[in-house]
Amino acid sequence: MSAVLPPSEIRRPDRLALTHLWVGFALFGVATLLGLYQLLERHGVVRPSAAGYYGSMTLHGVVMAFVLTTFFIVGFGFFVTATSLQRPIRWPRLAWLGFTTMLAGTVIAALAIATGRATVLYTFYPPMIAHWSFYVGAALLLVGSLPWTVTTIAMTVRWKRENPGRPIPLPQFGMTCCAILWSWTLVGVVVEVVALLLPVSLGLVQTIDVGLARVLFAWTLHPIVYFWLIPAYVALYSIVPKAAGGYLFSDEMGRVVFVMLLVFSLPVGLHHIFVDPEQAAGWKLMHAFGTFLVALPTLLTGFTVAASLETAGRLRGGRGLFGWIRALPWREPVVVGGILAALMLLPGGFGGLINASYAMNTMVHNTMWIPAHFHLIFGGSVVIVYFASAYYLWPKLTGRRLHSRGMATAQLWLWFAGILVLTIPWHITGLLWMPRRTAYSPYDPQIVARWRPYTGAMIAGGVILVLSGVMFLANLFLTHRNRAAETERAMEYAETVEPVVTVPGLLNGFAVWNWLLLVLMVIAFAYPIGQFFFIDVHKALAWGPR
Amino acid sequence: MHVHPSERRWIWIAVLLVGAMIVLVGYTAVVMNVHPPSNVEAIDSTRLHLTPEFAEDNLGVKRESEGAVVARVVMARYMVHPQEITLPADTPILLRAASADVLHGLHVPGTNIGTQVVPGYVAQVRTRIDFDAVAKVGVANDDGSITVPIYCNEYCGLGHQSMWGRVTVTRK
Repeated sequence: MSAVLPPSEIRRPDRLALTHLWVGFALFGVATLLGLYQLLERHGVVRPSAAGYYGSMTLHGVVMAFVLTTFFIVGFGFFVTATSLQRPIRWPRLAWLGFTTMLAGTVIAALAIATGRATVLYTFYPPMIAHWSFYVGAALLLVGSLPWTVTTIAMTVRWKRENPGRPIPLPQFGMTCCAILWSWTLVGVVVEVVALLLPVSLGLVQTIDVGLARVLFAWTLHPIVYFWLIPAYVALYSIVPKAAGGYLFSDEMGRVVFVMLLVFSLPVGLHHIFVDPEQAAGWKLMHAFGTFLVALPTLLTGFTVAASLETAGRLRGGRGLFGWIRALPWREPVVVGGILAALMLLPGGFGGLINASYAMNTMVHNTMWIPAHFHLIFGGSVVIVYFASAYYLWPKLTGRRLHSRGMATAQLWLWFAGILVLTIPWHITGLLWMPRRTAYSPYDPQIVARWRPYTGAMIAGGVILVLSGVMFLANLFLTHRNRAAETERAMEYAETVEPVVTVPGLLNGFAVWNWLLLVLMVIAFAYPIGQFFFIDVHKALAWGPR
Repeated sequence: MHVHPSERRWIWIAVLLVGAMIVLVGYTAVVMNVHPPSNVEAIDSTRLHLTPEFAEDNLGVKRESEGAVVARVVMARYMVHPQEITLPADTPILLRAASADVLHGLHVPGTNIGTQVVPGYVAQVRTRIDFDAVAKVGVANDDGSITVPIYCNEYCGLGHQSMWGRVTVTRK
């Protein structure tokens, strides 16, 4: 027996969302196994193979950073847009066209990597040049997300026109910020791929301006993280408090946070190339200051999430300063995921402030500290919210009860443990100058001996993460086959403690923020990019990965 | 707009925290003059061996003007040229590095020497090596000097992990 949707939600994009999410999660499963292989290869448990290690790392990075995220966000985004605005997705055929394009791009790029013709890592790194099909695949994956971007923005604009003076529902406000952010973000990497990398890989030109390519990639590399993060914040603001049985503490502060993420995360990309020779110190310092500002929205989010959970804990009978924590529904997967995400965000954000600290960055640059940082904050905080959201959405999307809530919460705790067991030793070995991304360590044995005590924990962390990943996928798969129907298929978002009647125009629109961004981006990037057209640049010859 | 009093207090704390970070980093940069390597100087990486500065016989360590030591290094797949250099501790050092092919990184554990080496540019680091810091991470030699690796820390191809040399640090 399949459960019937409430009439207002009959044209919900459930299949569209589910298909996107499954592609993202299935490939995530493959990439998790690759991660474990890299650990085993690097530390000598399996046969050493540079081609195996760097090829695996390229696929692991491309899938985790580009495929899992983009498919999750587009699928989740369509669902949030339709359910929060309570209207069907405009142009559903365009949405499916986008999906097909993204999938085709993924397959093309994955084939290039798997056949060893694109071992250039997910960060591209010219003048090393991969087979042209890798860049075509990457470009299709990115371009395939544009139908979602356009639909999200267009539906918000139309809703505003039809509901003058009413605040855009917060989840849709967040996803619209995400779509606008993504449009700005794409400019850098798309220009790099289309104008610089594709022509070289096709043999049309022989040389490439490496400095320009690096700055264009840096343009994309910071805001892309917030493209991944905003949907997780949408879940933390609009799903977690409701599932915990409480209220969102502040709707306006949520809007302020989303706007800050949009405006602050873009003009700061040079912090990825702090130790590059092709940019002068002053510009780097300016981007360092901007980077610190990005900490603000995350600090505010920590407060709002904790305060919202407190309303839930107290409504559930929790008393005293900390009693409300015990009263939270610790068996509810989406709540557990939200709490664990916030816990990992704390040390992850602290590490990020160290990376942002300008000259101090030299100490940790390209050591194990860096993958430790982003596995904690992305693989930990962001991905655990993706899991938690999936547990919340699957019954609504499939009409079947979740296969096992106990297995779901256990999986989230395991993921949390695995991330810590993996990244704590990585942080430590990073401070002991262990470089990231080497297929093995052929240095003097006394040097390598300092890192060796930590390898056991790293591998244990990898094993725990694989186990947790398998449990996640199995739970989702078995949910489809569950005989018990889900009765609560309507999607409702958290109400605020005090009802939102009106919000200031600035927090209900995006035009001003886009203009401000334009000004900030010109200030931040006009010279750092423009300089390559008037200094005496010597372009570099193209090289293969071998 | 409605802001709860406890929220307002937290906003102040957050703003002060971020402000303190900015002031701290601004102070180290502007007053103490501590910067990451940022020397915008172009060079033709395809003709490095034909330049007087990065020709093979000019690589390695030289004492140039008053007490300053200049080290010149070429990074090329998959070797650091020269393979071994010796640097004095507690002495102003100017390290200049260039890539002959792709993107490389250069890092010496226990020191402040760390920079990307981007083809088309001369990477430059000014520093002093603290002997005790190097002694903590390096290999002690019979003559009292310490040896640490100088390795490529940016993926540069399938032989990347093999791209390393040695720096021996002597007491001043």
